Amino acid sequence: MEMDWYLGLSAVLFTIGVIGVLTRKNAIVIFMCAELMLNSVNLTLVSFSAQLGDVHGQILVFFALCVAAAEAAVGLAIIIAIYRNNLTVDVTKINLLRW
Amino acid sequence: MDAYVHLVPWIVLIPLAGFLFNGLLGLSSGSFREQKNLIGGVATLAVFIPFLLALWLFFMMSSESEAATVSLFTWIEAGSFTTDIGYRLDQLSLLMTLVVTGVGALIHFYAIGYMSGDEGFWKFFAFMNLFIFAMLNLVLADNMLLLFLGWEGVGLCSYLLIGFWYSDMAKSDAAKKAFLYNRVGDFAFLIAMFMIFQIVGSLRFEDILAGTTLFTTDQVFLIGALILIGATGKSAQIPLFVWLPDAMAGPTPVSALIHAATMVTSGIYVISRLSPFFMQSPELMLLVAVIGAFTAIIAATIALTRYDIKAVLAYSTVSQLGFMFLALGSGAYVAAMFHVVTHAFFKACLFLGSGSVIHAMHHVEHKLHDEGKHVHFDPQDMRNMGGLRKYLPDTYKTFLIATIAIAGIPPLAGFFSKDEILVMTFNAGMGTYGAVYIGLWAMALITAFMTAFYMFRLTLGTFHGEFRLPQKLAEAKGAEKYLHESPFTMTSVLWVLAGLSIVGGFIGIPNFVVATFTGTADVNLLSNWLDKTTMDAELTLSKLVEWFLLFGSVLVAAFGIIFAYRLFEGDQLEASDARISERFGALYQVWNEKYKIDEIYEGGIVRPTVRFSDRVLAVFDMKGIDGFVNFVAAMVRFAGGVARYFQTGLIQSYAYGIVLGVILVIFMLLFR
Repeated sequence: MEMDWYLGLSAVLFTIGVIGVLTRKNAIVIFMCAELMLNSVNLTLVSFSAQLGDVHGQILVFFALCVAAAEAAVGLAIIIAIYRNNLTVDVTKINLLRW
Repeated sequence: MDAYVHLVPWIVLIPLAGFLFNGLLGLSSGSFREQKNLIGGVATLAVFIPFLLALWLFFMMSSESEAATVSLFTWIEAGSFTTDIGYRLDQLSLLMTLVVTGVGALIHFYAIGYMSGDEGFWKFFAFMNLFIFAMLNLVLADNMLLLFLGWEGVGLCSYLLIGFWYSDMAKSDAAKKAFLYNRVGDFAFLIAMFMIFQIVGSLRFEDILAGTTLFTTDQVFLIGALILIGATGKSAQIPLFVWLPDAMAGPTPVSALIHAATMVTSGIYVISRLSPFFMQSPELMLLVAVIGAFTAIIAATIALTRYDIKAVLAYSTVSQLGFMFLALGSGAYVAAMFHVVTHAFFKACLFLGSGSVIHAMHHVEHKLHDEGKHVHFDPQDMRNMGGLRKYLPDTYKTFLIATIAIAGIPPLAGFFSKDEILVMTFNAGMGTYGAVYIGLWAMALITAFMTAFYMFRLTLGTFHGEFRLPQKLAEAKGAEKYLHESPFTMTSVLWVLAGLSIVGGFIGIPNFVVATFTGTADVNLLSNWLDKTTMDAELTLSKLVEWFLLFGSVLVAAFGIIFAYRLFEGDQLEASDARISERFGALYQVWNEKYKIDEIYEGGIVRPTVRFSDRVLAVFDMKGIDGFVNFVAAMVRFAGGVARYFQTGLIQSYAYGIVLGVILVIFMLLFR
């Protein structure tokens, strides 16, 4: 049952991502963890695609990777802009609109 | 007539074009504002061309012509109510158009010289053109709503031009006062329009005049009284006349055009326009006549006591307008319109003459300042004048002609129109409520005497005797060398108006004067001209009575002049006023304090209203209305204060929520 290994790895990566997003305060780390979650899902898609012999899953992953690349560029740019304004990327300190 | 009626919209639109030209270019370009000859020329032409068009129409028309209307487009359409921008050309509206554009063009031309030193030159002429546009809408409208648009438009222009020198608080207040008093009248006028629409179902004059039988007598009285209140606001009659004397704060050409010749006659025009309607109720006619006669005599007595040259003319205008209302109330619409026309000539001449005097006195003040003397005197105060005939010969001569005309000496214009009013009032004394009319006639006769008296007091005090300013102010010694006649552009207008004041009366020679010698006569051109549009009362007096009345009014005017001459010739202005004051005692005090009408309004209406607003309305507004609104806001604020703790503002706490939610959903999917 090779699938178990792939899916298990995917689940482990996803969980690490979730825990990272929920617990870390540095925006870049949160961002990286979000990428991790995204890629664990990609891994799941690819494994099912190989298992079922359906190429659609792999094509979808290519699209997801393209979008992820663009999203990474925009996300990093936003984080840099935030850093220039606040001299920090600690999400608990970026709370201008908070009560 | 229908063939020419298409010219009418042009008559109205050309002044609007003049307003837009001067107004827009003046707003946008600083260098344009310096082109004073261009601005003045365009503005004058924008009134003169419509005058020529109206003159052309006049020659194309006869007294037999049927009224013609032209409709430009549908203005308002709502349910069964439609109103067009439509104009009506008939004898009455054309007569008013001729006066408005003719006298208007002359005054525009005069103002080029009078206003030449003013910064707001372009603005002044733009407003003047706008006024002419509004006034022409008023007189040419074929329905009451368009008339009301013009009615409000002239009120607005009057406000803008009275407050033309708005940096002076008193002048700006005078403008507001004029506007507010007019609003009171406008309100009544609006209600009258609503009621007419409810009964007739249309606001077109054609339909209203054709449907006069639809009204009950009570309705006629009520609607007529409301229209009358509107007219008293615009035409400065009791109880709303107090704004007109204050309106003299505006530049003198404005006083001549708006507050003497045209706008203030619009109330008379409206009542003439609706004459068949007004004739249905003798009580209504009596009310109009009573208001007119009382206004005439009250304003005349106040005029006796004034020293401000323009104030005398202002009260004189109120008084003459009272005469016109008396004529309307006596069923003498032709006489009223006749007096509108002749009054436009001689009162415009008088106001422009006073403008020439004020211009000269201002010049003296400036020259004294140039000498380094810091003198201040009121350039409109007669006590500082005297002896001006030597220095301003043209102004003096024209002023004197106009004064004789207003005093009612034949054969000048004022005599014919005023005599006709007196005759027609006496004539009304033969009909319903005769005794009252005879009383009003007596009041009018006394007023005619006073008119001659105070107008000659004004002329003699201003132009005869010695120049008094050097005696009043030691520093102004030798100031008479700075007195000078106004430029030709101004005096030429004075002469034209003086000429019209002499010959203007011949358009309405009473028929009986000629008929005495020839048996029958048909020489009253004005009466023939207006025959189709107004519904005059029947003249029932015999020729003998008419001759008697005619001589009576001449005699009264002559007495007034002789009295004035004996009292005021040769620098006795203040001494004689003191003697009059002594003679009449408390009565003179009442006149001098203007019957305290302003104070009565102030104490009886303004201050109670302000106090009521302060103590009741303001409190209710703050505690009641604002309190409720603030209570609602406070409730929302409290609820928000409680609920806001759910929103931490931290992304991660929301992400926890999402993750927990997802886990919950998964559990439900797996273990159900």
